[in-house]
Amino acid sequence: MKSLEELQAIKAKMKDKVVLREGSGDVRVVVGMATCGIAAGARPVLNEFVKDVSEEGLSDKVTVSQTGCIGICQYEPVVEVFEAGKEKVTYVKMTAEKAKEVVEKHLKGGKVVSQYTIGAYQA
Amino acid sequence: MKELSLNILDIAENSVKAKAGLTEILITEDEKTLKLLIRDDGTGMEEDFLKRVTDPFCTTRTTRKVGMGIPLLKMEAEMTGGSFRIDSVSEKKDPEHHGTETEALFYKDHIDFIPLGDVQSSIVTLIQGHPDTDFLFRHVMPEGTVELDTRELRAVLGDEVPLNEYEVIKWIEDSLKEQYEDLHS
Repeated sequence: MKSLEELQAIKAKMKDKVVLREGSGDVRVVVGMATCGIAAGARPVLNEFVKDVSEEGLSDKVTVSQTGCIGICQYEPVVEVFEAGKEKVTYVKMTAEKAKEVVEKHLKGGKVVSQYTIGAYQA
Repeated sequence: MKELSLNILDIAENSVKAKAGLTEILITEDEKTLKLLIRDDGTGMEEDFLKRVTDPFCTTRTTRKVGMGIPLLKMEAEMTGGSFRIDSVSEKKDPEHHGTETEALFYKDHIDFIPLGDVQSSIVTLIQGHPDTDFLFRHVMPEGTVELDTRELRAVLGDEVPLNEYEVIKWIEDSLKEQYEDLHS
C-alpha cells in the first residue's frame, strides 16, 4: 500500500526543485479536454505528454495543461504548442504514440513534426 | 464514449468549470448495478438552465452550439434500463449550500452496458489538470472499497508542492493501482 510517508519524502525532495522552477515554463502544451476531445481519445494523449515531459527532463521548460473545446472537434484529439516568440503549432488527430514523437522531436529536438499538424490535414 | 470512465472525466470537468472546491466521484457497484454519483459544491445552475441541461442543444461552450456530455451519460444509463438524475442549487438561490449532483444508474448485465474502463486514469487526469481543487474518489464494490481524497494529500504536501507535480501524480496513480490490485488478488 502506498503510504503518506512516501508523499512526505516526495515533498522533502521537491522543495528545492520547485523554487528553482519559478519563472520558467517557456513552452506550453495544451490538450483539448472537452467532451469531443475526451471521446476522441485525449486522455491517453495528455497522460503520455505528462509522463514523457517529466521522464525526458523537460519539466523546467515545458508545462502541460488542459483546456476545453478548441472548436475543431472533427480534428480531435487536438494539442496546441505555444512557445514564446514563435507561431503556435496545432497538432491534430493525436494518439499516445504521436505524442511521444512530438515530445522527442519537437519539445526536445526543436523540430516541428509537420505531418501531424493541422496544415498537413487541410492541405 | 468507449468507457464510462471517460464520461466521469467529462462530467467532473463541468464541476471544475463551475468553480467547485470539492468534487466527489462516487461509484457504487453490486452484483447487478453500477451507480455513479458526481457531486460538487460549485456555483450550480439556475432552474431554467437545469431543465434544459439534458438537451444536446444546451451547452456552456462558446465554440459551438451543441453540448453532448450530459445527454450522452443520460442515454448510456437509460440504454441499460437504468436511470439518470441531475439536481442543482445555484449560488444565487442559496449562497451557503450550492452545487450540482449528477446520478446515473446502470444495469451491468444489459448488453448495452458500457464498461467502466480505466477509472484510475480519469482521476489522475482530473487532478493533473486541476491541482488547486479537491477531489474525493470512492469506488465501493462487493469485494471492498478504493478511495482517494486529495485533501489528505494536500495536508501532507502543504502549499509548496502542487498536486500535479509528476512524482505526486505518479504516487496517486500507483496508490489507486495498488488498491485495485489488493482487492482482486
